Amino acid sequence: MKKSIFTILALIVVASMVLAACGPKVVPFECTDAIGCVDVAPGEPIHIAYALVISGADETLGVDSRNGIEVAMALKGQLLGHDVQLTGEDDGCSAEGGQAAGTKLAADPTIVAVIGTSCSSAARVALPLLSGAGFSVVSPSNTAPDLTLEGNENNWPGYLRTAHSDLHQGAAAARFAFESLKVTKAATIHDGSLYAEKLQEVFANSFVELGGTITAQEAVDPNGTDFKSALTSIAAGEPEMIYYPIFVKAGSLITRQAKEVPGLETTYLMGADGMFSPDVVEGAGEAVEGLYVSSPDLAAFAAEYQSVFLPKYEELFGTQPISIFHAHAHDAAMIIFAAIEKVAVQDEDGTLHIGRQALRDALYATADFKGLTGNLTCSPTGDCANPVIAAYQYHVGEYPPTKVWP
Amino acid sequence: MQTQTPSPWKQATRYGLIGGAVAILMSLVGMVATFGQRYIVSGIFTMGQVMFLTPILIFAYMTIRRTAPQPINKVILLGALSGLSTSGVMAALVLTGQFLNLRAMFPNASPELYGILTFNQESALGLLLLLGTGLVIGGIAGGIYLLSPRMRSTLLQATTWVVLVGLLRDLIVTVSYRWGFLGNAVKALFAISGLTPLSAVILFILVGAVQYWRLERKQSAASRPTTNQKPYTRWLKLGGSALILILLPPVLGIFFSEILDNVGMYILMGLGLNIVVGFAGLLDLGYVAFFAIGAYTMGVLTSPELGFFSLTYWEALPFAMLACVLAGIFLGLPVLKMRGDYLAIVTLGFGEIVRLLALSDWLRPWLGGTQGIQRIAQPRIGDFLLNTQQELYYLFLIGIGIVAFIAWRLKDSRIGRAWMALREDEDVAMAMGINHVSTKLMAFAVGALFSGVAGTIFAAKLTSVYPHSMNFLVSINVLCLIIIGGMGSIPGVFVGSLVLIASPDLLREFAEFRYLAYGALLVAMMLTKPEGLWPEARRKLELHEDEFDSGQEPLMAMGNPDGR
Amino acid sequence: MFRNWMQRITLTDVVIWAIGLAILIGVIWGSIVTLGTGKYSTATWIDLTLIGLALGGVYALIALGYTLVYGILRMINFAHSEVFMSGPFTATFAAWALVGAGWWNKYPILSLLIVLGVSAVVSSIIAVLLERIAYRPLRTAPRLVPLITAIGASFFLQYVFRGLYGSGLKGYPEMTILQGFWMLGSIRVFKTQAVAIVGAVIMMLILYGIVQWTKLGKAMRSVSENKEVAALMGIDVDKTISRTFAIGGAAAGMAGILYLLLFPVAHFFMGFFPGLKAFTAAVLGGIGNVPGAFLGAMMLGLLESVGPSLFLDGLGIPAPYQLKDAIAFSVLVLILIFRPTGILGERLAQAKA
Repeated sequence: MKKSIFTILALIVVASMVLAACGPKVVPFECTDAIGCVDVAPGEPIHIAYALVISGADETLGVDSRNGIEVAMALKGQLLGHDVQLTGEDDGCSAEGGQAAGTKLAADPTIVAVIGTSCSSAARVALPLLSGAGFSVVSPSNTAPDLTLEGNENNWPGYLRTAHSDLHQGAAAARFAFESLKVTKAATIHDGSLYAEKLQEVFANSFVELGGTITAQEAVDPNGTDFKSALTSIAAGEPEMIYYPIFVKAGSLITRQAKEVPGLETTYLMGADGMFSPDVVEGAGEAVEGLYVSSPDLAAFAAEYQSVFLPKYEELFGTQPISIFHAHAHDAAMIIFAAIEKVAVQDEDGTLHIGRQALRDALYATADFKGLTGNLTCSPTGDCANPVIAAYQYHVGEYPPTKVWP
Repeated sequence: MQTQTPSPWKQATRYGLIGGAVAILMSLVGMVATFGQRYIVSGIFTMGQVMFLTPILIFAYMTIRRTAPQPINKVILLGALSGLSTSGVMAALVLTGQFLNLRAMFPNASPELYGILTFNQESALGLLLLLGTGLVIGGIAGGIYLLSPRMRSTLLQATTWVVLVGLLRDLIVTVSYRWGFLGNAVKALFAISGLTPLSAVILFILVGAVQYWRLERKQSAASRPTTNQKPYTRWLKLGGSALILILLPPVLGIFFSEILDNVGMYILMGLGLNIVVGFAGLLDLGYVAFFAIGAYTMGVLTSPELGFFSLTYWEALPFAMLACVLAGIFLGLPVLKMRGDYLAIVTLGFGEIVRLLALSDWLRPWLGGTQGIQRIAQPRIGDFLLNTQQELYYLFLIGIGIVAFIAWRLKDSRIGRAWMALREDEDVAMAMGINHVSTKLMAFAVGALFSGVAGTIFAAKLTSVYPHSMNFLVSINVLCLIIIGGMGSIPGVFVGSLVLIASPDLLREFAEFRYLAYGALLVAMMLTKPEGLWPEARRKLELHEDEFDSGQEPLMAMGNPDGR
Repeated sequence: MFRNWMQRITLTDVVIWAIGLAILIGVIWGSIVTLGTGKYSTATWIDLTLIGLALGGVYALIALGYTLVYGILRMINFAHSEVFMSGPFTATFAAWALVGAGWWNKYPILSLLIVLGVSAVVSSIIAVLLERIAYRPLRTAPRLVPLITAIGASFFLQYVFRGLYGSGLKGYPEMTILQGFWMLGSIRVFKTQAVAIVGAVIMMLILYGIVQWTKLGKAMRSVSENKEVAALMGIDVDKTISRTFAIGGAAAGMAGILYLLLFPVAHFFMGFFPGLKAFTAAVLGGIGNVPGAFLGAMMLGLLESVGPSLFLDGLGIPAPYQLKDAIAFSVLVLILIFRPTGILGERLAQAKA
């Protein structure tokens, strides 16, 4: 058996050498980029990769982001006369998944840019690999502050994100609660994810700084379904508001169950952009009435989201968006496309040369880009999300929710 | 079923319909449409087509085998009928899709899918084409059946190779970039997606020819008596494999080093669980707990982030190992009297408790909680820091070498025989004077130790640990791999890890269908080889024994942790 | 007498008891402190209890499937959680179709029966197919082998349903007649909770009746005792096992609908965790024993809902509900230390374990 494999391999190699010798001569292009160039021959696609969570309990997050990228590709069509090819790896929403995905992608020099990761734990391990390979990386959903904190060891060159740092959003939510809703006693719930835990921590700290008190900081299982007991115990502290910056599945159930817990009937409920999704309206049913969420300010571009993005999404995948961050992923893809268009050098025969550092520079230089999630302007450390955080309020049967603040 | 054979035509239709159900399932699950643009041979046929044509072929072939022997023309006709039934079912799906909005329920019932099934033709013509294809492929299945076994296997091998190489195009090209000129040569074989038609034909003929020639040699070899192997060839082989193992990472690059590291980690854990489950027969569903304890001890002792200690990897290693052994004994004590599934559920609970404690806000100041522990030390040998996947591979290699040696020696030792006695029948073993307390605790402790070592390397490899990594699926994976490999068999652990851990990593093309394939693979393997891929010699003996002695159900007792 | 007893005690017994006692003291101490602080009112405790009972009811119905299969085949049907998922996930579409047709609130009882029927039939079919394809050929194989096929089948089914229905969440429509609550004296009982508890009890009784008093139940019990002898007595073993799976599947399907009444969101991963819990409950009660499964499930439900507040809150542990499973499992260990074969598992354990 082994012998036959070697024989075959040897013959393949010989045959391919013959074929290669007959191929057309390529005019050499002088690459002056500090970390190299990607060459895309005519007829070849521009290779974009994703590193998103596409299996396991968190998979809707990554699959939805990938759908967002595919919608962006479909809307964009060809890029400088080349197709865009999307391949990818599963980041597992975990450190080990991030390392596996990062390593595998780093081995492929045809990749121009990577969209990912889904989770910050994966990013911390994957980024050194992806950044080291010279890729530009744009994440649609990593929110951990350290990833774009200047001077932090987890802030890698070439990494940007269209998601918000938890620092912005948690503080904004606290301001909204204290100043606009005028509450002084709040409770928080997180689900053990890095995102939720960090957000509620930032919220709690800011809220206390503003002069409020935190009555409870509870945590639940994201895959659990019974949150009533946790809510009942929270109710004993008589909070005026509950902040639970978690994801759609547990978030919609908490929204429902909170209404049924004595003492919480009139308590304000608030989530974060992890619950900015049509699935919340479906999952929470009538209980969604009055639910607040913090999110980037979508007001100016909601029309395009409704009229262009959603129909295309449904055409391609047969469903409504299944999670959140598809718009962020769409925007991540779009700023990459724009940057590629800006820096790519095209030969007469159609060959593209993309300088890797040039691409990074172009991405960092993104300014006032009209995306679905707002006007994107990237900071030197890679935060591209529109820094304006708004609060929205859900009403039964209505999506997107109404903007109420600021 | 043996008493009356239904008419072969009826059977052909039946198999065809089952095939149709399988094909519809694959279509609606999304496998056909997802691979619709994934060419095997560029511009000619796609993986999507392979996905829905294979059921036709397989079920037609099964029909013929079940109804054999039949005259030649009837074989072809039966195959064609079966193929027609399969494609008929698919045509019905396409037709239904035209009138009903199936997409409201099945998001994958997209126009794209119908397009692929009808070869992108107008509806009437497309349906006819689909039915015709079924008919022809069914007929071809009949034709294949009529070929000589040698020709059949040649064709099968050649086709499989073409499909595999075409499918794994990206993987092969990615790896070959490291080989310079050779890499370019390899790349020239492929189109942008899949093989070029020319190289597909060359590959097909080459593989076919080699296989055909090999089978001939095998046939003639079978008639000659085999010569005994000389003693030095064994050492030569061993040395050769060792050399290959050492050279693997630099040759294959980081992509495969990463996969090998993962395999190595699971081999380490598998060797440990093999002692607990395979040798001692104690079903442990919470094995990840020790892995977590190893990783977290390493994290707490070495990470400057928490600010307790900042030991080096080697300084922390003995403490981590000690913690794991103690944890093994701690778990072992309360479960001493429990048997079978009671044991399984308590160990499962133990695994969950460890994960939840690591995750909890309560222990956050000590264990990092949700945010995990970062900046864990990596092993350093002299001035040389092992920090890439390729370098850590050698750490795994050494670790596995030591652990496998210990496991191998333990197996034939006094304690090893005591474990096996406990596994077979606990009461008898105790009556024979085996101290079940120390024996069981020893199994738990050694198993925990091996898993903990894997955990420390895991922590060092990632330089971080998160509670989310310590989930139940890790325990399940390890259990699956030792049973797929052959319970109680040390080489089985290696084989099982390679099959179960490496294959999902290689199946990158399948993306979210990996777990579907993984599940199907587990079921299929257990159905075809219930004793495992590389069974333990003793077990093979017992399985064999059973064929003569079916009254006592020794099979039920074997591997039965209750021992009865 | 006492001396005799002293001699039989070994160091390990002492250590085991010490562990058990430590858990027990923790539990009691936590409870006393919590009750002492008076943070929670009586009404709160009653609410928590009701939540726990409703949850326990759902666990019980899933646990019955595990226990029936275990009783007859001595195998953990790991894929039962996917059997549980398949029915209600499919039935969600039926429910929305009924909403679309305007029947949902017009004929609520009929609609509920239809949805229950769809769910039970789908789950039943999946269970029977599962047995036929993945378990039957392995009936004489070593016992861990079917466990692995069950795990494999579990993955397979999860991802098949993910592919079929998509990976998003599907909301389950609410029924107007089941909204709100009833007052029993001063106790507020949500209608969905009441339906879940009563439904679980009724279905438990029906299943118990089937196992105890019908011909099929007799066949099941005799197959469970000894397959060869049962076959000699003229019982069709294959058919009996198939039917056991069908019944277990139907119970899981109906449990799924009760589950959706309480937690109206369906998706392909919804079976995994309740399945794990139900399996735990079945073991806690003594696996293979129908009333045991019910008792175990109720206990688990109560532990999860009342436990964190009662045991941990007083000890000043932050975010106690994060540890609810840890509590449930600790108590499980505690119970199994003193009763190594579950609460009601005595008879079966001595006979066959």
